[in-house]
Amino acid sequence: MMVPRTLFEKVWQSHVVTTRGAGTRDDPGPALLYVDLHLVHEVTSPQAFEGLRLAGRKVRRPELTVATVDHNVPTGDRRLPIADETAARQVATLVRNARETGIELFDLDAPDQGIVHVIGPELGLTQPGMVIVCGDSHTSTHGAFGALAFGIGTSEVEHVLATQCIVQNRPRTMEVRFSGVPAAGIAAKDLILALIRRIGIAGATGYVLEYTGEAIEGLSMEGRMTICNMSIEAGARAGMVAPDATTFAYLQSRPRTPRGEAWERAVSRWSSLRSDPGADHERSIRIDAAALAPQVTWGTNPAMAADITERVPDPADAASEADRLSYRRALEYMDLRPGTPLEGLRVDRVFLGSCTNGRIEDLRDAATMARGRNVAPGVRAMVVPGSQRVKTEAEREGLDRDFTEAGFEWRNPGCSMCLGMNEDILLPGERCASTSNRNFEGRQGKGGRTHLMSPAMAAAAAVEGCLVDVRGYIRS
Amino acid sequence: MQAFKTHSGRVVALPRADVDTDQIIPKQFLKRIERTGFGPSLFFDWRYRPDGLPNPEFELNHPDAAGASVLVTGPNFGCGSSREHAPWALHDYGFRALIAPSFADIFYGNCCQNGLLPVVLQEGEVAELIRRAEASVGGYELNVDLIERTVSDTAGFAARFQMDSYRREMLLRGLDEIGRTLELEAGIAAFERHRSEPAVRGVS
Repeated sequence: MMVPRTLFEKVWQSHVVTTRGAGTRDDPGPALLYVDLHLVHEVTSPQAFEGLRLAGRKVRRPELTVATVDHNVPTGDRRLPIADETAARQVATLVRNARETGIELFDLDAPDQGIVHVIGPELGLTQPGMVIVCGDSHTSTHGAFGALAFGIGTSEVEHVLATQCIVQNRPRTMEVRFSGVPAAGIAAKDLILALIRRIGIAGATGYVLEYTGEAIEGLSMEGRMTICNMSIEAGARAGMVAPDATTFAYLQSRPRTPRGEAWERAVSRWSSLRSDPGADHERSIRIDAAALAPQVTWGTNPAMAADITERVPDPADAASEADRLSYRRALEYMDLRPGTPLEGLRVDRVFLGSCTNGRIEDLRDAATMARGRNVAPGVRAMVVPGSQRVKTEAEREGLDRDFTEAGFEWRNPGCSMCLGMNEDILLPGERCASTSNRNFEGRQGKGGRTHLMSPAMAAAAAVEGCLVDVRGYIRS
Repeated sequence: MQAFKTHSGRVVALPRADVDTDQIIPKQFLKRIERTGFGPSLFFDWRYRPDGLPNPEFELNHPDAAGASVLVTGPNFGCGSSREHAPWALHDYGFRALIAPSFADIFYGNCCQNGLLPVVLQEGEVAELIRRAEASVGGYELNVDLIERTVSDTAGFAARFQMDSYRREMLLRGLDEIGRTLELEAGIAAFERHRSEPAVRGVS
């Protein structure tokens, strides 16, 4: 009898080149894992390439690394040179490094340019069963395909370039089961925010999460990516979903997936990538997806979230003294008073985009809310597609017109105001309804105040000029 | 990499939970293409007032914190973005060791890659260190010893900590991890030859 294994164990075990360290029960030591796909962007890679050069080392398998520019690129007119000199230098450095080492690069003017976690899946580079790494914490996105995908630091980027391997301590696994069918108006973003709110931003530290249950099975790949993407916001190493018919339908005929007989063989291999009956997760948690309301954050980390129908919490009601301090600090930064209803909270800005919610389905959801309506006076709302492909498809479907006619800005792909490395930033004191992943202090601009929510919720906020319950906006 | 065996230095306490890497080094400073020069930008938004002068309220700007090389802080330090610029900035500022009840995963690994020792102590022990640092006049010093895996002061505080032997040896000897892995080249090549799954763009 084979010992039942989890999805994570299957992918992990098939990538262990060797183990390092003591190898004892108490001190097992890390494994040297083989990396199938290494994604690179301009911000966390220059020091890695420089390190290789200084040590006289080569990129071991340049064909297994793919690069793009996304973090600090402008989202305005792409025909103009990048105005920010340091950003321009960083982009130029990646272009030079890619050319010198033979790494494929999707440059600013490439038809496949986009946010690294959007283009990997849409090109079919991301495939089930792979180990995927990138110098970016939201690499967990790719786990939606049943890959083991996680963010690494720049020293590790250099290690992967030189060796095609990564040294990793074996994480534990936690099953997160979303049972039931979510109500109309409840998006993948609400599921993941509800989880983080429940377990906290360090609730999954040291774990790989495997998402299961009816609500996950019913999600599109876009929705599954949103959920896996934010696994890191619960502290998890990675998030994973077992590949199924939805996964295969998404991947079939993507530019970099196999064709013909090779496709059939791949699907047959990928179909075994699921947790065996009786396989043990070290922890498990269950969330009733059918009972969820739209989620919105009120504080300065993603666990500080509530139902849209709730009020800003009172720090006095916090569970611990440490929480009380954090809540008080957060409310001060957010300029919110305990007891204020979340619904009706005025916003100055709306941001639709990011590796969390910048995909075509997200834009369709948001456009449904925008169509035939107008952005509220005094609100600046921008839509930043996750990639050139997403942008082109949205324009083919006419979504860009839905947005622009309503008064949204329709921009070019990049990370944009998710982290505000380019000129897309909040001004001090501005309040923003955002589809991104982090509401940390200053994340979208120094002094800016971020409320995280789903694309439909953000678009509805743009129209009303305040946070609203999207369930009242659904058109029959 | 700079080795870490033992270090004695001045402590600064930052009694906050969940300090994320966006606070440690804000995004506008991530555009450098070097590993150095991030120290002046450490904790930028907390450390400086809008007019650019040091914020006297911020813990690092307290006179007793001048020259601090040991940071004692709350749980889940370094959460959020994977930016290695965070440990680069801490190291460049002069920190050699960080002490907290817990660290975020990626950040912990990034520290170990840079000779910056992350020490996990019990919550009660960290609270005691913060109490001692805040009660001291004219600066509080700690000794952090990776050989013995201890943290101690001269007034009777002593605690032990754990670290996996692989990382501990790397730090103690200041080893180059890439060099160590490259010694396994034959094993990596054999793994590539024998695996059934095709590589990403080799799919036919």
